[in-house]
Amino acid sequence: MAVKLVFLGKLADLAGADEREVPGPLDWLGLLDQLEAPLAEELRKDRTRIAVNGELVADKAALDAGDGDEVALLPPVSGG
Amino acid sequence: MLRRIELVQGHWDTNDAVGELARSVPDAGGIASFVGKVRHDDAVEALELLHYEKLTLPGIQELAETVSRRWTLEGLVIMHRVGVMHVGEPIVLVSAAAKHRREAIEAVDFTMDHLKSDSWFWKREKRADGWHWIEPRERDHSDLARWG
Repeated sequence: MAVKLVFLGKLADLAGADEREVPGPLDWLGLLDQLEAPLAEELRKDRTRIAVNGELVADKAALDAGDGDEVALLPPVSGG
Repeated sequence: MLRRIELVQGHWDTNDAVGELARSVPDAGGIASFVGKVRHDDAVEALELLHYEKLTLPGIQELAETVSRRWTLEGLVIMHRVGVMHVGEPIVLVSAAAKHRREAIEAVDFTMDHLKSDSWFWKREKRADGWHWIEPRERDHSDLARWG
């Protein structure tokens, strides 16, 4: 088991993949540690959101994900 | 109330969907529909809309709930394309049936403003030199402010 990271929009380009598995548990600093610099930089932006198992995280710094969780990294939407 | 909320893969006929709605709610006094299409642009070869399974459809369903609370509707259809599409193809259909026209028209307008600014879609365009992500437009957010 691990934590599944899902990269949306341009973050998938930066990550070079749509998904990636990382060891759990995972908090905010742990997540930043797992990511290459350009991805971490995007993630730090206010307008980049995080969802855990489909629930938006109000405060990214409070991220608390464990084995089996799906953490989505969501850049600003371009609209429908 | 009849409700049809869908993400659509591949080409579809928006007239069929509106026709089905009309047949399902024969007592409605009016139906308002909006179809958004891929706009012609010489430099753009294709458009791709990406979504996130766990957020995109649930978010649109939540929007439909909000619309249904705000207006008295007999039917509401929200269908949104995902994937790669080309000029002239429909991207989105919003169709609302109500007893009176104003409710139907306002419900469609409100739904479109929220879909454009609030929904979980990421869009990119294919140009001669490859794919480009489309950044959010300020205008979409000011449109949303109309609804208070």
